[in-house]
Amino acid sequence: MAKTPVTFTLNDMETALFVDPGANLNDVLRRGAGDLTTKNGCGQGTCGACTVLIDGVPHLSCLTLAESTEGRRIDTTGGLAGGPELHPLQTAFMEGFAAQCGFCTAGMLMAAKALLDKTPNPTREDVVEAISGNLCRCTGYEPIIDAILTAAARMQGRAV
Amino acid sequence: MTIHKGRGFACINYPIGMNLGGDPSQALVHSTPDGKFMVALSSIDLGQGMKSVTRQIASETLGVPVEDVYVDTADSDTGPHCMGSFASRGTHRVGNAVIRAAAEARKQMLDAAAEELEVNATDLETDGAGSIHVKGAPSRSITVADTAIAAQFKQGRTLSGRGIFLIPPSDVDGETGEMTPVTCFAHAALVVDLEVDDETGEVEVKEINSAYEVGRALNPKLVEQQLIGGAWMGVSHALYETTEPTYPERDHRPVDFNTYLMPGPAEVVPHNLAILERPAEDAPYGGKGPGEMCANPVLPAVANAVYNAVGVRCDRLPITPEKVLRGIRENGGARPQGTPS
Amino acid sequence: MSSVEFRKDLFADERDDNLKEIGKPTIRQDILGHVTGRTPFYDDHQFDGLLHMRAVRSPHHHAQIRGIDTSAAERMPGVRRVLTAKDVPNNLNTLLSLINFGRDDEPLCAHDKVRFMGETVAWVIADTERQARDAVAAVRVDYNVLPHVLDVEEALQPNAPVVNEVYPNNTFDYNGKYDHQKLRFGDVNKAFAEADHIVEAEYQMSPIEQAPIETCGAIAAPETNDRFVCYTNTQALFFSLGTTSKLLDIASSRLHFIGGTAGGGFGGKVDSIVEPTAVLGAMLTGRPVRFAWDREEEMQVGAPRGGERWRIKDGVMNDGRIIAREFTGFFDSGAYVRLSSYAIVKCTGHIPGPYTIPNVASNIYCVVTNRTPATAMRGFGITAADFAIECHMDRVAETVGMNPIELRILNAYRDGDMKAHRRPAKNTALIECCQVAAGKAAWPISADAAAQSSKVGGGVGERGVIPASVTDEDGKIGDRRAGRSEGTSPSRRGTGKVAAGTRVEAKTEAHMQDPDMALEADRIGHRMGSASTAPPAPAPAATPAPPAPAPVAATPSHPQPTAPVPPAPQVQPSAPVPTPPPAAPEPYQPEQPFQRGLNRPGTSRFTSGFRRR
Repeated sequence: MAKTPVTFTLNDMETALFVDPGANLNDVLRRGAGDLTTKNGCGQGTCGACTVLIDGVPHLSCLTLAESTEGRRIDTTGGLAGGPELHPLQTAFMEGFAAQCGFCTAGMLMAAKALLDKTPNPTREDVVEAISGNLCRCTGYEPIIDAILTAAARMQGRAV
Repeated sequence: MTIHKGRGFACINYPIGMNLGGDPSQALVHSTPDGKFMVALSSIDLGQGMKSVTRQIASETLGVPVEDVYVDTADSDTGPHCMGSFASRGTHRVGNAVIRAAAEARKQMLDAAAEELEVNATDLETDGAGSIHVKGAPSRSITVADTAIAAQFKQGRTLSGRGIFLIPPSDVDGETGEMTPVTCFAHAALVVDLEVDDETGEVEVKEINSAYEVGRALNPKLVEQQLIGGAWMGVSHALYETTEPTYPERDHRPVDFNTYLMPGPAEVVPHNLAILERPAEDAPYGGKGPGEMCANPVLPAVANAVYNAVGVRCDRLPITPEKVLRGIRENGGARPQGTPS
Repeated sequence: MSSVEFRKDLFADERDDNLKEIGKPTIRQDILGHVTGRTPFYDDHQFDGLLHMRAVRSPHHHAQIRGIDTSAAERMPGVRRVLTAKDVPNNLNTLLSLINFGRDDEPLCAHDKVRFMGETVAWVIADTERQARDAVAAVRVDYNVLPHVLDVEEALQPNAPVVNEVYPNNTFDYNGKYDHQKLRFGDVNKAFAEADHIVEAEYQMSPIEQAPIETCGAIAAPETNDRFVCYTNTQALFFSLGTTSKLLDIASSRLHFIGGTAGGGFGGKVDSIVEPTAVLGAMLTGRPVRFAWDREEEMQVGAPRGGERWRIKDGVMNDGRIIAREFTGFFDSGAYVRLSSYAIVKCTGHIPGPYTIPNVASNIYCVVTNRTPATAMRGFGITAADFAIECHMDRVAETVGMNPIELRILNAYRDGDMKAHRRPAKNTALIECCQVAAGKAAWPISADAAAQSSKVGGGVGERGVIPASVTDEDGKIGDRRAGRSEGTSPSRRGTGKVAAGTRVEAKTEAHMQDPDMALEADRIGHRMGSASTAPPAPAPAATPAPPAPAPVAATPSHPQPTAPVPPAPQVQPSAPVPTPPPAAPEPYQPEQPFQRGLNRPGTSRFTSGFRRR
């Protein structure tokens, strides 16, 4: 099969790959670019574990054609921490016991980041809406919602 | 259309560990040259916190800070045999194996420290902060790090331990069902408050109040994770989930999360938990596994609350709007049962 | 918003709350990996030249395989190999053969016939997953469709299709004798005749998917030392390793399994199917091979929590005392038994729920049907029974006009009570849970119910003894298919009797291998029996107790009474934690009348099973 060249910016890194026609972004990120922080939970677009940001907007990478990301910016959980410093969302998830098996966490964090980037002071309903495409089978969601609200408050310098 | 409030109760117990025993787990503990401890297991962390709880058990048993202990799980070349993570056996079986391995390593650590301090090992105690000292004389002390260095480079002594825990296998009698199923049980009781819409048949769980008895909450936050998440799963089982909606026929089988339904973040139910701790004698620090039993009382409590709300017994799970509506119609309308007392 | 409170006031005298690390909310060891996305799940291990394996699956519930034509698939782009049953060295297993329970009844790949929709009939290994999927569609299988049975009670009819020839009666064989597992405690029929009310109902648990967000999968690869490494998300590493060793007829020393981190499990990752499949692929291609279920397979081919049907019949007195409880249960195991047979034994030990009921009987059937096999799930063997029991308790409460919580407290088991599986209860806390939950929900209960305690009143009189029990020999293996069995519920005509008090010794943990492995008595964190020098003998009533109605002296019948005083500090360095017996006693006494030839020396513990090779 003839491969297609694709270039995109992955977590600030210029990335160029040859991909199979029709390849999905999740496969290309994981097996092509070697970014394993993006998970694959269903391959059907129904679980949200593969959520990445494309130009700041959350997308299901398993349903995204890799070729369609030419020239765009992709953010994954792999780029969430600024060097050794964790992102406030990550700290809040850690301290809030907002993960058990951890498999949905990367997608949750991306959905949450997209929310906080646009809506720095979200309501509880905003958070629920933002993660409503992300499934978690372990936690019952409440610790995740709480952690996102905690992170938002900390990023705004509010006490929690 | 009327919204009917309903309230239901259920209580349960749950056996801890594989039924009839015969399910061993092993652990190995060893010290690095400077007194950090590594725990090798082949047990599985599938989110329940196996690595974390065994780490805390090892820390407590060794008498060293938790930051100085790391748990590695599940490489069959280095982790000794474990039956696996199921049947609420992880904390009980693996925890006990870790206690034994860590106790043996501690014994050697105290022997090495005793040689350095020129006292009897039985006169020593750990402070849990990285030092070993003579009982009643805190100034006569040695750090765990110096103890390990001395053991390794001066005394030629390992600070390591092996542990295994096994309830030997037993049988069940075919005539009477006599058996020794397990050695300890966790407990729970739970009240569900919900609302039923008699026009759509929809059930919305509004609040859960519960009491769970877990032996000992070895890590209270891990227990809370299990109980909150488990009760969520119980609501999900009661109202939504099935792989065979027309059971026993196999039609309309769900194949994705659009057709296999579960409550989402918008359906979070406020859950007020009380945690009771009655330690089990043969459990690690008394702790029973809370991970499986937490969903069980929710299913019948929801069914009982639906009956209380509209007078429909939903004896076939899941309790779908269709079943509730059919029940209401059969009864000629909703029959609220009144506030239970 | 949820809330959590710790009721440290309850059972405080049984705990040492001054531990250094235990009881602390220490942050999870694995959490940094989770929040950075760097926790290594099995699929996060990268291999050059990774091949992808997909299964060809049956579209029929039940069909004979007349032939498989793989030639077209083999010519498809990227296809490395097409495998069928003949490529599996030892293509018959049952999961619990590793603990010697049950008969081998399940192939890794169907060869003669398929027994459920979705069963594996062949595999394709290709360079990409897409190529593998395309080639799967090109495998031609010639089926002769057979009649199927999906309902558990239809499967018990004499004319039902035989699903699995290993179990020709469509039931698991218990103890080499019966087509169900029995529990007999007291005489339910006599008690039903004496009861003020009879309450009966039927309950149905539906099959449920474990639905971990990470589906089952494994990657296997040849290692440099003539071994195979397998990265897996199994819930039971050595279970999967042992199963792979058996199915592929390869020495277990040549298998190196790495796992330990799973993206959720809930029981769905015990079955050890993906591991032998991936290792087989690696053996036959010499390349790394990934075999993982997609979400559809996870939902419909991966084993669910099985459907269970329950019928409960209670005999109840006007004051709310339940004097008899009878269960008839059907576990829908699907086409292969896997863990269902074992779940039934576990459930039998759970019956009649956390209540002290003097007469209990149950028949539970493990029924083989043309459905996806069932397996473990959170609450394994118990969840559905508890659903039935607790719905039934509310029916009983309504029948006698009683507060449902008070009804439970009235019937709750307490320390020292004799349970239906013939072991005394200890360490119970059901009553306290009921009281606390009622209090939190502001659900009023009577002062009397609020004053009850799990520690008081148990084991007194009849509560602490095993009654004379009526037995029967209904439901012998094969009788039902031959039309000789009437009904499925416990017998109305007892044919035998087991004397009151009869039981064998309880099992406790194995003797400590080395005294150095014992935690010092003052550091174990609880205050029960730790310094006791008595062996953990079961309750004292070793001699047959008097006939049931006569109250016996209130003997302290739970083995190690709560010691309110803390154990003496530093007893002996060698004092083992919970006092094991001096030497492992002979577990059973075959001469005991009710044993009826079980546990003959040298035979399997489970006489229905046989050891492989």
